Amino acid sequence: MAQTMQFDLVSPERSLASLQASAVQIPGAEGDMTAMPAHAPTITTLRPGVLKVESPEGNAEYVVTGGFAEIGGDSLSVLAERAIPMAEMTRDQMNTLIEDAREMYKTAKEEDQPHGLVEDAAKLLADMEALGTHMSL
Amino acid sequence: MPNLKDLKTRIASVKSTRKITKAMQMVAAAKLRRAQEAAEDSRPYTKRFNAVMAGLAASVGGSESAPKLLRGTGSDQTHLLVVMTAERGLCGGFNSNIAKLARQKAAELKAAGKTVKVLTVGKKGRDALKRDLGGDFVGHVDLSDVKRIGYANAQGVAKDILTRFDAGEFDVATIFFAEFVNVVTQIPTAQQIIPASYEGGEGDADSASAVYDYEPGEEQILADLLPRGVATQIFSALLENGASEQGARMSAMDNATRNAGDMIDKLTIQYNRSRQAVITNELIEIISGAEAL
Repeated sequence: MAQTMQFDLVSPERSLASLQASAVQIPGAEGDMTAMPAHAPTITTLRPGVLKVESPEGNAEYVVTGGFAEIGGDSLSVLAERAIPMAEMTRDQMNTLIEDAREMYKTAKEEDQPHGLVEDAAKLLADMEALGTHMSL
Repeated sequence: MPNLKDLKTRIASVKSTRKITKAMQMVAAAKLRRAQEAAEDSRPYTKRFNAVMAGLAASVGGSESAPKLLRGTGSDQTHLLVVMTAERGLCGGFNSNIAKLARQKAAELKAAGKTVKVLTVGKKGRDALKRDLGGDFVGHVDLSDVKRIGYANAQGVAKDILTRFDAGEFDVATIFFAEFVNVVTQIPTAQQIIPASYEGGEGDADSASAVYDYEPGEEQILADLLPRGVATQIFSALLENGASEQGARMSAMDNATRNAGDMIDKLTIQYNRSRQAVITNELIEIISGAEAL
């Protein structure tokens, strides 16, 4: 596969990756999707999950939580609220994330917030836990 | 006229003041570099985010069902002023400039018959506004324990604001912060964050929104992203503020160091002159004593 596209992964605090990628698997809100060069322009929100990047120089994986991805014809930008390279991820960090999600779920449930925030928080918690298991840390 | 001993102590004390201000200047310079880096690191995110939001806002913004965060509540009776300042002083006019802008805005709004509520971020702004707007304070966010501003801090502030918005406490929110231009120039800025206005090449936005597929729907994405937008704007304002604070402190301390130097020079001259005067005096006494014999 010779064709590549510009891939950028940015979080509010820093830019994590900017490289030529041949395929990127994105944990979209409505299911995983893989973006390859010349993909139809799409904007999707992210659920907590693993972002897999395939590039000629090798593969990389990032844990992302929340945010969105903008797929253009020859570029892909992922704007993640939090993004951590898989190699730097530890069980402790995962636990913190899960703990945060649990806390959010609890306060959402107690305060009985509107806009389906309770369901959102529940889903977030489930996603986080699934992610933890998936990574088998 | 102060005697020699007084002058000497005075010189010593100004010297130690100069040492302190010099050290503070150097610390501020180091922190400024870090703050500037942080601000620059966050720029790509903010830029892209705003571009996408501009596209979304252009396509959904006009419709009746657009989220309140974008459309507004339909009234502009109650204004929330979010005043972001530093936690520490000794940074020249930094805090007072922001406070001054906020005070002006509050006075304007009150003159127009609007209700004003104030949320302060940073202790110094709170202190500066307590006298004039103390009755309008609705909350305070304390960041004094935070060493390095993270996105989580911005989210905390954003959540506070959004909860108030959902509770219908205000219609329009404006943030006040100092925009960093360079070390000597920081511009106090007011920026409206609710209802959000995303500008950026109207033409581009229209064409961009036309070609994108949205997953899930445009409106859901917008509803999901708008609260994040508030957090993002607050985050970049906090970072700008951080850089501005260090820049202002650096130039203030530079001035202080220079002033201390001038003062030492002046005091040293005075000290030497009075020392000379004392010696001359003694000689005159001795000589006239000798002549009298």
